[in-house]
Amino acid sequence: MSVPNEQMIRGYEPPVGALRGRRFKLADGIWTALMFTVALISTVMYHDHMGYYSIIVLFITAGLVAYLGWVWPESKWYFAAVGVGSLISIGLYSTYTEDGAAIGRSALAAAQADNFFLNYMFSSVAASMWMVVLYLLATPTYLISTAIRSDFGLKVGTWLTWAGSVFGFIWFFARWRETYLIDISYGYIPVSNLYEVFVMFAVFTALLYLFYEKRYNNRTLGGFVMLIIAASLIFLMWYHFTQDAHRIEPLIPALQSWWMKIHVPTNFIGYGTFAIAAMIGIAYLIKEKMGGDGPNDRLPSLAVMDDIMYKSIALGFAFFTIATILGAMWAAEAWGGYWSWDPKETWALIVWLNYAAWLHMRLTKGWRGSFMAWWSIVGLGITTFAFLGVNIFLDGLHSYGEL
Amino acid sequence: MRQQTKTDTALPAKPKVRKGKLGVGKKILNWLSSMNLAIALLIIISIASVVGTFIEQNQNINNYLIDFGPFWFAVFNTLSLFDVYSATWFVVILLFLLISTASCVYRNAPTYLRDIRNFRLSAQEKSLKAFRHNQQIETNETLEQIKQRAQGILARAGYKSRVKERDGETLIAARKGGMNRIGYFLTHVGLIVILLGGLVDSKMQLKLLEALGKVEIETRNIPVSQVPDSSKLDVDAIPAFRGSVNIPEGNWGDVAFIGLKDGYVVQNLPFKIQVHDFTIEYYDNGIEKSYKSDITVSAYDSDKEVRTVLEVNHPLRFMGYNIFQSSFGDGGTELEFDAWQLLGRAGTSQKVQGAVYEDRRFEFQNQSFVLEFTDFNLLNVKPIEGPDGKREDKDFGPSVIFNLRLPTGEAIEYENYMLPVEFDGASYFLSGVRPTPDAEQQFWYIPADEHGKIDTFMRFLEVLTTRSEIVDIAENLVNQAVSGSEEASRAAADSIADLVQTFAVNGFSAMLDSIEASLIERDIPAEAHDRARESSIRVVQSVLERAYIQVLQEQEVEEFTDFHQRFFEDALDAIPVIPVYGSPVFLQLSDFNHIQSTGLEITRSPGMFWVYLGSIMLTIGIFMQFYVHFRRTWVLIKPNENNEGGQPSYRILVAGSDARKNADFNHEFDKIAAELKPNEQSKPLY
Ligand code: HEM
Repeated sequence: MSVPNEQMIRGYEPPVGALRGRRFKLADGIWTALMFTVALISTVMYHDHMGYYSIIVLFITAGLVAYLGWVWPESKWYFAAVGVGSLISIGLYSTYTEDGAAIGRSALAAAQADNFFLNYMFSSVAASMWMVVLYLLATPTYLISTAIRSDFGLKVGTWLTWAGSVFGFIWFFARWRETYLIDISYGYIPVSNLYEVFVMFAVFTALLYLFYEKRYNNRTLGGFVMLIIAASLIFLMWYHFTQDAHRIEPLIPALQSWWMKIHVPTNFIGYGTFAIAAMIGIAYLIKEKMGGDGPNDRLPSLAVMDDIMYKSIALGFAFFTIATILGAMWAAEAWGGYWSWDPKETWALIVWLNYAAWLHMRLTKGWRGSFMAWWSIVGLGITTFAFLGVNIFLDGLHSYGEL
Repeated sequence: MRQQTKTDTALPAKPKVRKGKLGVGKKILNWLSSMNLAIALLIIISIASVVGTFIEQNQNINNYLIDFGPFWFAVFNTLSLFDVYSATWFVVILLFLLISTASCVYRNAPTYLRDIRNFRLSAQEKSLKAFRHNQQIETNETLEQIKQRAQGILARAGYKSRVKERDGETLIAARKGGMNRIGYFLTHVGLIVILLGGLVDSKMQLKLLEALGKVEIETRNIPVSQVPDSSKLDVDAIPAFRGSVNIPEGNWGDVAFIGLKDGYVVQNLPFKIQVHDFTIEYYDNGIEKSYKSDITVSAYDSDKEVRTVLEVNHPLRFMGYNIFQSSFGDGGTELEFDAWQLLGRAGTSQKVQGAVYEDRRFEFQNQSFVLEFTDFNLLNVKPIEGPDGKREDKDFGPSVIFNLRLPTGEAIEYENYMLPVEFDGASYFLSGVRPTPDAEQQFWYIPADEHGKIDTFMRFLEVLTTRSEIVDIAENLVNQAVSGSEEASRAAADSIADLVQTFAVNGFSAMLDSIEASLIERDIPAEAHDRARESSIRVVQSVLERAYIQVLQEQEVEEFTDFHQRFFEDALDAIPVIPVYGSPVFLQLSDFNHIQSTGLEITRSPGMFWVYLGSIMLTIGIFMQFYVHFRRTWVLIKPNENNEGGQPSYRILVAGSDARKNADFNHEFDKIAAELKPNEQSKPLY
C-alpha cells in the first residue's frame, strides 16, 4: 500500500540543519586557502612536467575540494587523511628511486617487500586490501546496528566507511605513482581498466552515500548501500586473485587520451548514485512490506527515502549526461565519429533514456512510492549490464576491461 | 503505486481553455506533446537499441544466414535487424521523438514564459488559502514596517518581489528560480538540436541517393580503378560521410570507402594522401604503444599541403575533413621461403618467393595447390608461464599466415613462425594449423638443432624416407645381430626398412598395424604376439637411432649429449605429425621485406558542431532544472477588521508554492513564515 502524496509530504521531517545552506565559516576560508596554496606549490615545483591543461585541471580540482569542504565539512578531514596517506606512500617510494626515475617491475616488487610500511599499508595492493576489509566490516556493522537500534554501532559503521574510503584513494595515488615507477612510459592515471574502475565504483559510491548520510542525518541506510559495495568488492577480490587483474599494464594507444581521464570518473558518479538509488529502493520496499512508517521506525520515513532516491538519480543523471557527452567527444577524436552505435555507447543511451523516463514520470506525472522504487532497482540492472554485461557478452570498440 | 498530485502552481491566472470541441490540429498537437507518447518513444528506442547490440551489426550476409537459418534470416532481414540504427523505421522513431519534444516545447513555451515574467499579482485570498503551504500571522506593526520587513526577508531568501495595493489590502508577490524554466528550454531544445545535428551526419542522404538509383553499391573486392563511376560519389555529393581507406607505405590514395549494406561506395576526395611511413612503437612488454603515420595531404585545387604525423587520438583537420589513424595492416610484405618437402622425397628444399595478398600456384605429384598469403606479423607477443610460475610476455618473432588451397578446393590455414621458440630449454619451429576456419589452432613443434636450424631435422627425415639409406642401416644392424645368409639378412633388412618407412610416412599407429598384419601373415601364435611386437618396435627404434647417429656423424658431431638425446625424442614426436599436417611442404620463412599499410578513417561531419552545441545546452539545462527551484511566495497584508483595544492591527497571510512537488520547499517556507512572525524576527533566515 502506498500513502497519498499529500500525506507523504506532511510526514517529511526537514533535515535537521545538516549541510543545507551552510554559512561560509573561517575554517572554510582557511581550507580554501590551503587547497590553493597546495596547488600553487605543486605548480611551482613541478611545472616543468606539467602541460598548461594539467595546471588548469589542478586548480579546478583545488577549487572543487575547497567547495566540498565548505558544503560538507567532514570532507576536509577526509581529503587531509588521503593527502597525508598518499604523501607517505609516495615518500616511501622515493627512497627507492633516484630523482624519481623508474626502477622497473621487479625492483618495485622488491621495494614493496623490503619496506614494512609499503608492504602492509601504503603500496597500492596493501591499501586496496585495507579498503576491502574496512568496507566489508562496515556492511554488517551498519546492518546489525540498524537491527538492534545501536546508535553507537551505526557510528562505527560510518567510521569504517570513511576509513575504507581513505584507503581507496590512497590506493589511487599509490598506484598512479607505481605506474611511473615501473616504466616512465607506462605512467597513467589508474582509471583505465575494469579492475581500476571497480575500486573507483566502491569508493565513489561510499563517498556519495556518506554525503547523503550527513545531509539527511540518518545512518540506517548504510547497510543497504554497503551491500552493493560489498558485492562489487567480492568480485574485485576474485578478479584480483584469480585473474591477476591488479597487474599494471601500460595503456594501448586508444586509451591515451585526456578525455578518458574525465569521461570515466564522471561516468562512475552516475553509476554510484544509481546504485545508491536502487539500494534505497530495496530498503523502501522492505519497509513498506513491514507496514510502512510507524512510531518505532528504524529506517527513515518512506517520504525521505523517496526523496533521497530522487536526489541521487537526479545527480546521477546529470553526471551521466556529461559522461556520455565526454565519451562522444573522445570517440570523435579516437574513432572518427562521435556516435557509432557501438554496444557500450548504445547501452549508455539505454541507461540514460531509462532514467530520463523515470524522472519525467516522477516530475510531470507525480509518480512516487513503490513503483518508482521497483523502477530504480530495474534501472540498476540495466546500468549493471551497461557497465559489466556489455564487456562480458558483447563485442565492440570499448576494449578496456574484458573478462 | 502511481499517484496524481494536486497542481498548485497554476491556480491564479490559469490559461484560458476554450470550451467546446478541440480542433484536429490541436488534438494532434496534444497527442504529440503528451508525456505518454514521449515515454513510449523512449522505451521503444531503448528496446530497438538492445536488439542492435545483441545481433552483431553489418556483418557478412552469409554469416547471418548460417547463424539464423533461412526463415529467421528472411524475417530479420526484412525488419533490417542487421542494420537497425540506419533502418528507416528506427530513424522514423527518432524523428518522432524530435517532433514530440518540439511540440512539447511549443506547447509549454507560453506558460513557462508567463511564469518567468509574471508575478501573479492578482492572486486572491481564497486561492492563496488553498495552497498546501500557507500560514496566518498577526502583528501590531504598521503597514510600512511589515512591507519593509517582508520584502527584506524575501530578498534575503533570494526572491524578487512586487507590491500591489488593492482595495484595503496589500499583496507582495515574489518569485525566484526563473532559471529553472530557462533550463527546461535549454534541455529540450538542446535535445532537438542534437537530433538534428545527428541526422545531418547520418547515412540518410547516402541511402536516399541509393534508393533513387543515383549511386550503386559495389560488392566486388576490386581495385579502385576498376570500380565503375556509378559507384563513385563526387566530392560534394553528400554533406557528411564516414569512410576509410588502407594505403601501403610509399603509396597514395584520394578516395574513401563507405560501407553500405553488403558492399561499399567510393567517395572521391578533393585531396590526396601520400603515406611516407607507418610505425608502431612498443612498450618493453611488447604491447603496442603508438601507431604513427607520416603523411602528406595535398589539395587538388589549391596549393594547400600539410605534412604531419598522424596518431591515434590526434586526428588531422584538413579542408573541413577529419583524417584519423584508425587501423593498420600489411601492405604486401615481400616474403622468401625455404619450401621443405614433407612427402615423397622428403627433407629436400627449394626457394619460393611470395608477398602478402599474393597467390602462388604449385604442382605436387600432378596435383595443383595454391598458396594464398594472407598476413604477416612482425611481432607475436604472447603471455606464457615463466619459470617461477608467473605470467610472462614473450615475443615469438615474425610469423606469416597463409592458406593452402587443396586440389579439392578446401583450404587449410597455417601460421608459420620464422624463428625457433624456446620451451623448457629446447627450441622448436612452430607451425600453427587450422584445418577449418573456426577450428582451434594446433601447433606442430619441429625441433631446432644446435645451430638453431631446421636442417638436422629435415636431413633426418630425408634419411628415413630414402629407401636405400634405410636398407643399408637395417642391413648393418641385422648383420651385427645374427650371422645368416646374405639373402636372409637382405630380406630381414627389407622388412625392417618397410616398418621404418611406414613410421616415417604414415605414423606410429600405421606401423603397429603393419606389424600386426605381418604377425598374422606369418601364423605366429597369438600368445607370442606381444613379445614379437615388442621386439619389432625395438628393432625399428635401433634403426631410427642409427639413422640419427649417421646424421650427426655427417655433421661431424663428436659427442652425443643430452641435447642430442632430447632432439631425437622430439624429432620422433614430430615425424608422426606429417601425415595429419595436411600440406606436402613445410614453408620456412627465410627472409622478408616488411611493408605495412595504414588504415585511415576519413570523415566529414558538418552536424558535429550542432551536436556539441546541443550537448552543452542539454547539460546546462539539466543542472538548471535540477538545482534551481522555481518558487513563488505571496504575502497578503490585511488590516484587522475588528481591531479593538490591544488586538493586533494587521493580519498577514503567507502562502507559497514550488513547481516541484519535492519536500525541500517545506523547510524554506517554514523559515520564511517563522521570520515573518514579529517576535521571532531576530533569528536569521539561514
Ligand atoms: C530523451 C529526451 C528527454 C530528456 C533527456 C529530457 C530531460 C528532462 C529533464 C532532465 C527534466 C527535468 C526533470 C527533473 O527536474 O526531475 C525534464 C523535465 C520535463 N520534460 Fe523532458 N526530456 C526529454 C524529453 C521530453 C519530451 C519528449 C517531453 C514532452 C512530452 C518532455 C517534457 C518535459 C516536461 C513537461 C518537463 C517538466 C518541466 C518542469 O516542469 O520543470 N521531455 N526533461
